[in-house]
Amino acid sequence: MTVLKGVILVGGPSVGTQFRPLSMGVPKPLFPVAGSPMIYHHVNALAKIPGMKEILLVGFFEKEVFDRFLADVQSEFSTVSIRYLREYQSLGTGGGLYHFRDEILRGNPDKFFVLNADIACSFPLESILAFDSQKKAAATIFGFKVDRKLVTKFGNVVLNPETAEVLHFVEKPETVLSDTISCGIYLFNKDIFGVMAEAISSLRAKLLKMDAASDSRPSLLTSNQAERIRLEHDVLSLLAANKQLYCYVGSPVKDFWMQLKTGSSTIPANRLYLQHFKVNAPRRLSHVPTPVAVSPLTPTTPSTSSGIVQPVFIHPSANVHPSARIGPNVSVGPRAVIGRGVRVKDAIILDNVEINHDSCVLNAIVGWDSRVGSWSRIEGAPGESLQLNATYKGMKVPSACILGNNVSVADEVAIRNCIVLPHKELKTSFHNEVLM
Amino acid sequence: MKALILVGGFGTRLRPLTITTPKPLVEFGNKPMIVHQIEALVKAGVKDIVLAVSYRPEIMVKAMEKYEKELGIKIHFSVETEPLGTAGPLALAASVLEKDNTPFFVLNSDVICEFPFENLLAFHQAHGGEGTIMVTKVDDPSKYGVVVNRDGGKSSSIERFVEKPTEFISNKINAGIYIFNPAILKRIEARPMSIEKEVFPPMAADGQIHSMELPGFWMDVGQPKDFLTGTGLWLSSVAKKTPAVLASGPQIVGHVLMDPTAKIGENCKIGPNVVLGPGVVVGDGVRMSRSVVLANAVVKDHAWVQSTIVGWSSSVGRWSRLEGVCVLGDDVHISDEIYMNGARVLPHKSVSANVAEPQIIM
Repeated sequence: MTVLKGVILVGGPSVGTQFRPLSMGVPKPLFPVAGSPMIYHHVNALAKIPGMKEILLVGFFEKEVFDRFLADVQSEFSTVSIRYLREYQSLGTGGGLYHFRDEILRGNPDKFFVLNADIACSFPLESILAFDSQKKAAATIFGFKVDRKLVTKFGNVVLNPETAEVLHFVEKPETVLSDTISCGIYLFNKDIFGVMAEAISSLRAKLLKMDAASDSRPSLLTSNQAERIRLEHDVLSLLAANKQLYCYVGSPVKDFWMQLKTGSSTIPANRLYLQHFKVNAPRRLSHVPTPVAVSPLTPTTPSTSSGIVQPVFIHPSANVHPSARIGPNVSVGPRAVIGRGVRVKDAIILDNVEINHDSCVLNAIVGWDSRVGSWSRIEGAPGESLQLNATYKGMKVPSACILGNNVSVADEVAIRNCIVLPHKELKTSFHNEVLM
Repeated sequence: MKALILVGGFGTRLRPLTITTPKPLVEFGNKPMIVHQIEALVKAGVKDIVLAVSYRPEIMVKAMEKYEKELGIKIHFSVETEPLGTAGPLALAASVLEKDNTPFFVLNSDVICEFPFENLLAFHQAHGGEGTIMVTKVDDPSKYGVVVNRDGGKSSSIERFVEKPTEFISNKINAGIYIFNPAILKRIEARPMSIEKEVFPPMAADGQIHSMELPGFWMDVGQPKDFLTGTGLWLSSVAKKTPAVLASGPQIVGHVLMDPTAKIGENCKIGPNVVLGPGVVVGDGVRMSRSVVLANAVVKDHAWVQSTIVGWSSSVGRWSRLEGVCVLGDDVHISDEIYMNGARVLPHKSVSANVAEPQIIM
């Protein structure tokens, strides 16, 4: 059996600013999507591949940030070692891998996966592995076909349609070369580190040349800077040039993929995961609302409106009134309380949130410990998964309505298309605003 | 006694309600607007009422026949072939108004107040002039034509009228309710003519016109926003006079008028200033304030409705939020979970997308 490892590139606290205010409460890789931290889905996919020996998180967050997460996943996936390797400075997506090459190669794995943290995906890793073993190249990347308008935001892959060999790879091209993009999922063998060494020395040579040209720049920096290589920009283009790169293109039917860049993008990501579970892992969804004690003095009439519209994830410790209507595409976090006659759709309700009776939450993220009054409305625009740059009256508008942690919304108020920073108290309605 | 009600045209300001129902028949406080006026006139002894209309909808003729019978009065339709303004209709209806040589009332059909016609008649007969105008005090007189009385405002005799005064001279405005002696008809011709601009000023110069202050509230309810405000004022007045007709109970807040055939679900909070018409069904967990729901409309579970007129047989979906003076015409259907702000929806439409900014849905 092929001996495998997995690396998840988690980045650090200075990246993910577009994820504010949600990254103000929790590091972005741990933000819950479909009931689990964003990178839990990565760990889950990696840990299930036969031959997986170790999963390494690489990034520059404080070590403690992942302690609890690591303990949780380690106990769930006890046969795989799961560790965090901390870069003491940001080394770039390639630099971090290169820096920890000895750790990655320890135990002599045949191949290793590298996954970017900020993606939501069906992770067809076993299919990628099977594909790669036929190709005998240094690397296989996972590609996905997207709308041509979006191609220029990603790494663009030009394939030989017969062999799936990558003929050309270019990061964020100015003109559209093909509709296939690189998705931040890579499968490498150990030869990759030789290619990285090559990339580093060519970058160093380039920097030295620039250094010589301008005296003002202190030359000390160059050796460090050369190690800051970027996986896609510096390494993959070199691999493509050396005919060492193949691309496995995901199935538009069975697979899904999207980038999790902005806070709003967690809504479609949550939806994609939940819809995926509905078909592939129905046990990960919630089938019954948590029963609550109903006072015999206030009998609730059985109403056609009540119930769960799948797919929905409700944490077992959440308390959802039986007359509330939840779903589709909703995640409800631990200890959240959803009151009588509440409607929630296409939303993420985080830990310890309270939503009072007869309120309506659509296309929204309600942050930790927030409180929504009764008969209120929290509503975002039903933005499509990748259209994240909608504008309204010249202002950039998020597709989702986002309440940061500990936000309080009064009774009978509408908060529409707003981003609300933590600890705000909203007593009147707001529309299309960022509330500091 | 006789009266003339200036009904006028198509009531375009109150569209989309007036697309399917003539304005005088739109229910205000669960009663056609004009019936408030007719009943008050009848109470003051009026037997002949002229409706000055620029068109004669069959539906209105039918409706009036019913009230003629019920109240034992005669209702005449005086149809203008061309718009005659606010004075011309009096000349057109002169044959009725001259009868018995007794004073007659004239009023604009858009006005809602306590209609103290008996007091007006007594006041009119006491001063002996040709006419009396009811006046009401407003906060911002600069938007209106104001009435200036003789003796520095101490006399009831009107000295002059000032249109949209830029400097404060008076806060009394014409309330659109008058009583005249038949002698006034000599001043009026059957042509387009404005009673305010062409008839009153010469009467004031002759010392023939007086003003009487209207006690209580007054509102021109000719457009949706004022219709809702007027409903609130009228409900307050009802609460003072006949509080028993208003709804009460744990789900009711403030003044709410509810037809006996209207139904409310559980866990609702209805009011203040809400009127629910006959056959209206309100679901569970509904919050409603400052709104009017016309006959046979349905407001479904968990909806939030404020400053809205829900037209006849319309429906508002579950968890919908309507605010900012929404007006739904006849047979309009709003899907679940819709947000509407200031939307005017024409009859027989279904709405399944948000209307975030005031807009007309054709």
